[in-house]
Amino acid sequence: MSDHPTTYVPQSALAKWFESRLPVMGLLHSSFVAFPVPRNLNYFWTFGAVLFFMLISQIVTGIVLAMHYTPHADYAFQSVEHIMRDVNYGWLLRYLHANGASMFFVAVYIHIFRGLYYGSYKAPREVLWILGVIILLLMMATAFMGYVLPWGQMSFWGATVITNLFSAIPVVGEGIVHFLWGGFSVGNPTLNRFFSLHYLLPFMILGVAMLHVWALHVPGNNNPTGVPIKSGKDAVPFHPYMTVKDAFSLVLFLILFSWFVFYMPNYLGHADNYIPANPSVTPAHIVPEWYFLPFYAILRAIPDKLGGVIAMFASIAILAFLPWLDTSKVRSAAYRPLYRIFSWVFVLCAIGLGYLGAMPAEGGYVIASRLLTAYYFAHFLIIIPLLGLFETPKPLPNSIVESVLGKAGSGSGLPTGAAAEPQTKG
Amino acid sequence: MAQTTSAAEPTRRDFLYIATGAVGAVGVAGVAWPFISSLAPDAQTVAAGAPVELDLTPIAEGQIVKLFWRGNLIFVRHRTAEEIQAARSAPLTALRDPQPDEARTKEGKAQWLVVYGNCTHLGCVPLGQQGEYKGWFCPCHGSIFDTSGRVRGGPAPINLPVPPYTFTSDTAIRIGAEA
Ligand code: HEM
Ligand code: FES
Repeated sequence: MSDHPTTYVPQSALAKWFESRLPVMGLLHSSFVAFPVPRNLNYFWTFGAVLFFMLISQIVTGIVLAMHYTPHADYAFQSVEHIMRDVNYGWLLRYLHANGASMFFVAVYIHIFRGLYYGSYKAPREVLWILGVIILLLMMATAFMGYVLPWGQMSFWGATVITNLFSAIPVVGEGIVHFLWGGFSVGNPTLNRFFSLHYLLPFMILGVAMLHVWALHVPGNNNPTGVPIKSGKDAVPFHPYMTVKDAFSLVLFLILFSWFVFYMPNYLGHADNYIPANPSVTPAHIVPEWYFLPFYAILRAIPDKLGGVIAMFASIAILAFLPWLDTSKVRSAAYRPLYRIFSWVFVLCAIGLGYLGAMPAEGGYVIASRLLTAYYFAHFLIIIPLLGLFETPKPLPNSIVESVLGKAGSGSGLPTGAAAEPQTKG
Repeated sequence: MAQTTSAAEPTRRDFLYIATGAVGAVGVAGVAWPFISSLAPDAQTVAAGAPVELDLTPIAEGQIVKLFWRGNLIFVRHRTAEEIQAARSAPLTALRDPQPDEARTKEGKAQWLVVYGNCTHLGCVPLGQQGEYKGWFCPCHGSIFDTSGRVRGGPAPINLPVPPYTFTSDTAIRIGAEA
């Protein structure tokens, strides 16, 4: 932010020499040490750090796994079993990577909910938000292709069903699918290229994530009131206030992660993926990984092949249009009594769709999927645009500091000088 | 320098600019093509599409045999008299992808049905002798096929296609080659 120039002062002669040639330490310092953040950020704001940790964790475990893994249809399954049985700590690396993907999605869904609830997608953060939607799409593509690599029954049939989605495109669909497969069915060429892309995409995610942080650091963080920082009293420096909060949150998150890795490493997976891929038999009940279930339910809810595929992709793409669908000037749901309720109803709708995605596509489940799919889209296309027009928001606080300390506290009654002049610390 | 003309009239520089851009675009497309083309099914995969022979004698009435041609699963079904009867008596108006059973089998060989074995919805392998019409039932999203492999319900848009094949004798077929 322009009123917060970097306060980094290189100490040693070497640091001075280096900084005058490449001012990267100053950039890091102004971005992650002195950067002013609203003083009222709650734990929902710690998931960005969790996500960054998970991305690095996936890359590190993935690179080591790739040293033992063989991307060939005849050997892939055995090489994963070889990792599990023969490679020192191979079981740990693989369980970290497989459960890490799930944890990554847990964190990203919480992170997205934070944005929805506190209106973080609204001006001036639209580009930041759209970059986030792009990261979500890249994550989905990465996780999908990663799941194909062990070449079990779910890998194979997941790959078949998802690539076949493209065959719904009129005229060119079949040709596109043959190009995706590199053959006339999912086979060794498919596995090979998925491995190549599975290795590539996380680094693209890393690149987009950097743009995402850049776009964040232009307007700065949103906060639970949605009221922007107006004076130095509204903010605290990133370090130590946010670093410590992020670190604490990460520790709690790692406990959850470890619990899955060490106590129930296969709970989130599917037993059929321990059966080698067999192109002549489909498992009786194929389901995608849990994090795709709501979208899978939307796909199956539409009784038309092309329509189902369009609805599924639209259900994610619609997020990108949210900044323009929302007509309310007030950001935070804390000051929007109706939106507050509807945003929780939306969470229930998404969880409901997830449940239905895991159920067989028959009878009452189909009807329920259709209702919830309709509600999902109505939330974005009807409820959100109308709420902004008809809802009476609660009065907003004049400033962040007023919302935290009350009107009296916004004056001089701060406990320490450190909190009163936070931008000069660090 | 003094002679730079205003934007009003196209200049030789504008022409060069557009011409260079156009040639550059053709060049980029030309270089991109080998990369895209390399993703297509390769020569080895295409060559693996050589026709396959199948002896029909061991296939009992009512049995479905699975085999692969060009990496694709194929069902060869020895239909019973009732199954043929059911397939032939279905009114075409009741079908999503209307095709008479006669057009899906070879003349005089009504007992033999040869179709691709991947559901035309999203590619799962349907289960034989199941579903409302006892043809096939796809467990993935519930598509129903009759004893002619024609879609009768669920999200599949078209019938299970018939691959190219010929009878080389009374009891053998060759898949992958039309007569
Ligand atoms: C965005 C980050 C990533 C996500 C979400 C992700 C996700 C996944 C998933 C879901 C699997 C299947 C796990 C299983 O059931 O076995 C997998 C497997 C695999 N991934 Fe990743 N991955 C990521 C990054 C990477 C990177 C950067 C590499 C390599 C440099 C990599 C290499 C592998 C390998 C070799 C396998 C196969 C071994 C196995 O199945 O455990 N991954 N990945
Ligand atoms: S793949 Fe058969 S119904 Fe979807």
